[in-house]
Amino acid sequence: MKTVFKKFTTMISAAVMASGLALLGTSAASAAGYPLEKPREQDWTFSGPFGYYDKAQLQRGLKVYVEVCAACHSMNLLSYRNLGDLGYTDAQIKNFAAEYEVTDGPNDDGEMFERPAMPTDRFVGPYANDKEAAAANNGALPPDFTLLAKARAPERGFPTFIFDIFTMYAENGADYIYSLLTGYQDAPEGVDVGELYYNPYFAAGNALAMANPLSEDLVEFDDGTASTVEQQAKDITAFMMWAADPNLPQRKQRGFIVILFLVIFAGLLYFTKKKVWSDVAH
Amino acid sequence: MSGHSTYKPTTGLGKFMDERLPIVRLVHDSFVSFPVPRNLNNWYTFGGILMIMLVSQIITGIVIAMHYTPEATMAFDSVHLLRRDVSYGNTLQVWHAVGASMFFVAVYIHIFRGLYYGSYKAPREVLWILGVVIYLLMMATAFMGYVLPWGQMSYWGAQVITSFFSAIPLVGETVREYLLGGYAVGNATLNRFFSLHYLLPFMIAGIVILHVWTLHVTGQTNPTGVEVKSKQDVIPFTPYATVKDAFAMVVFMIIMCYFVFYMPDYLGHADNYIKADPLTTPAHIVPEWYFLPFYAVLRAVDFNIGIPFTDIVLIDSKLGGVLAMFGAIAVLFFVPWLDTSDVKSANYRPTYKIFFWIFAINAVFLGYLGSRPAEGIWIPLMKASTFWYFLHFIVIMPLLGWFEKPLPRPASITDAVLSKASSGGASQIDGAAAEPQSKG
Ligand code: HEC
Ligand code: HEM
Repeated sequence: MKTVFKKFTTMISAAVMASGLALLGTSAASAAGYPLEKPREQDWTFSGPFGYYDKAQLQRGLKVYVEVCAACHSMNLLSYRNLGDLGYTDAQIKNFAAEYEVTDGPNDDGEMFERPAMPTDRFVGPYANDKEAAAANNGALPPDFTLLAKARAPERGFPTFIFDIFTMYAENGADYIYSLLTGYQDAPEGVDVGELYYNPYFAAGNALAMANPLSEDLVEFDDGTASTVEQQAKDITAFMMWAADPNLPQRKQRGFIVILFLVIFAGLLYFTKKKVWSDVAH
Repeated sequence: MSGHSTYKPTTGLGKFMDERLPIVRLVHDSFVSFPVPRNLNNWYTFGGILMIMLVSQIITGIVIAMHYTPEATMAFDSVHLLRRDVSYGNTLQVWHAVGASMFFVAVYIHIFRGLYYGSYKAPREVLWILGVVIYLLMMATAFMGYVLPWGQMSYWGAQVITSFFSAIPLVGETVREYLLGGYAVGNATLNRFFSLHYLLPFMIAGIVILHVWTLHVTGQTNPTGVEVKSKQDVIPFTPYATVKDAFAMVVFMIIMCYFVFYMPDYLGHADNYIKADPLTTPAHIVPEWYFLPFYAVLRAVDFNIGIPFTDIVLIDSKLGGVLAMFGAIAVLFFVPWLDTSDVKSANYRPTYKIFFWIFAINAVFLGYLGSRPAEGIWIPLMKASTFWYFLHFIVIMPLLGWFEKPLPRPASITDAVLSKASSGGASQIDGAAAEPQSKG
């Protein structure tokens, strides 16, 4: 039976190796070696098997979004009611939504009309459409925020991508955004970035069209947290991660129960098998 | 199905049905009394795992299709709203996506098991060929499924893969237009891919039935490669194989759940979280990991093939690449005849065994190369690796059969098992095991 177990371990590692190939696909070499710098890995509450979202942090992140980023970035898939996840009451959400105007209709006279947003409405974006958004930003479209934290994953490289399976590293997108927001620098001597802003963490070049959006004390946090650039970056990133993966804590809890069940089930089957096979040499 | 049936109906209804539609007999003969070699190892559990994966893909697929909108402006949002707002939507959608990858993990192990133990040799050629047909259908299904969420990689992957067809001389462009339903990937493409993606798994299920039917006619191979010779060599499927397969399935499921619940994005591509945009090409277009070896083969051919010393081009590099890629799959159909050795198991073929492992490592490396850009050092490596892939099948396999000296094989399965048991010492021997342990 020991050999059976050993064989299974080899098989598991074979399966893991085969699936490990995946990240090779995920992380096909980035064009001409961008980003110049790998994202700096941070501690996040949502990492690991028991990951969760810190509501106070998400509330701070929402504040950064509303007061700074919402001027340019939309969050199209998010509804105001989703803010319940952050710990807000229904009444608070209703008031929050009511600050925005949405177009509704047609009414009985066949006319479209404006009304305050309701919790069931999607987040109202800063621009009417992508064309307007790009036009307002010198041709560079500020990407929608809803899924952005999952839409960036700079290559991890061999053999890191194999270890990632075992360390359960799935925060590449969050590390990327945090590093980008805190990574603005003066362009090195001899590097001309034109109208753009130098940032070695940017995935698609050495500079991007967005100026550094954060600065010390830009946002005043209601819970008294010191408003450093790092703090702001961390909180907005956590908020974006929540937006991209709102079910993450439930998913991980569910996974724990499912896997626990399967492990016990496998144990029972293992002993059943041992018993059944005990009368056959094989 | 082979040999004579031991099923005896006991109830009145059982007898009534047995004389009219003996379906219980069929199940009994296929999954209860079906004799399997007593020495099968765990690599032989992957066929059963594949069946479970097929069922799992069909069930999750039907449910998520209820929430999916096959329309170019709405498809992306419909998938993400399913993930966010539908109860268990997240688990179902990820289960289906990760499931596709795990299906391929299992099928690759299953195929390599076949290559190692010579499962394709007489009388199992048709069994093997049906397997390759299943594999082809799986690839078509997976490719079309990947287009449905209509992310950047979906869209551009479809663009690249359908362009292969335009490489076919004369009719290529027409074929491509029929496939796309237009001149470029668009709403019409999405609609027909959705329709076909829903259809193909049921065709796979049909071929799996034939696959298992031939299996039950020929019987399974086993690690010794010596065919079953007596009742001593076999044990009934139930309970022995049933409990063993069940254990293997649950272990496989644990690995799958690890990815589903903790690393749902690991096997995918981040760009697919961006809605398809026909005006923005991603920096690198890469297919899903299970296609990477073939993607490397495709790009290895970057030269025209023509008549030497003239400017006449017979096969341009694009067609050459496509031919090589399809050839890399097509060659599998001929494996039963390319392998000239009549020794089945690599355990008794010392040289083949070495080449088998070189081939396996090369195949994984080819996958790695598939993820690299076609530039610099990667191009000659792609060429070398592709060359070895074909060399293995077309030259090494036939030659080894003629020149290799196989090791002495055991006289029978039982012999092999007994000598192992006596050298190991521990387990006791019981010939009566050939009798079904449980009745009904
Ligand atoms: C003045 C408008 C503006 C504001 C305010 C703004 N951004 Fe941007 N952002 C942009 C533009 C334009 C781009 C596109 C840059 C490019 O592609 O070169 C962008 C791109 C990004 C990206 C994507 C980078 C990539 O990898 O493609 C992130 C992340 C981002 N912004 C985060 C933020 C955050 C967080 C805030 C708030 C703290 C913010 N932005 C505020 C205009 C803005
Ligand atoms: C949906 C996919 C598939 C399913 C459900 C499936 C199912 C099965 C099952 C249940 C068995 C018996 C158990 C075992 O030996 O593992 C089997 C055996 C076999 N399969 Fe498959 N299979 C699939 C794909 C393939 C492919 C792609 C190939 C080869 C290209 C293949 C080749 C074989 C061969 C040769 C055997 C006989 C093994 C032996 O006796 O040595 N199968 N298959």
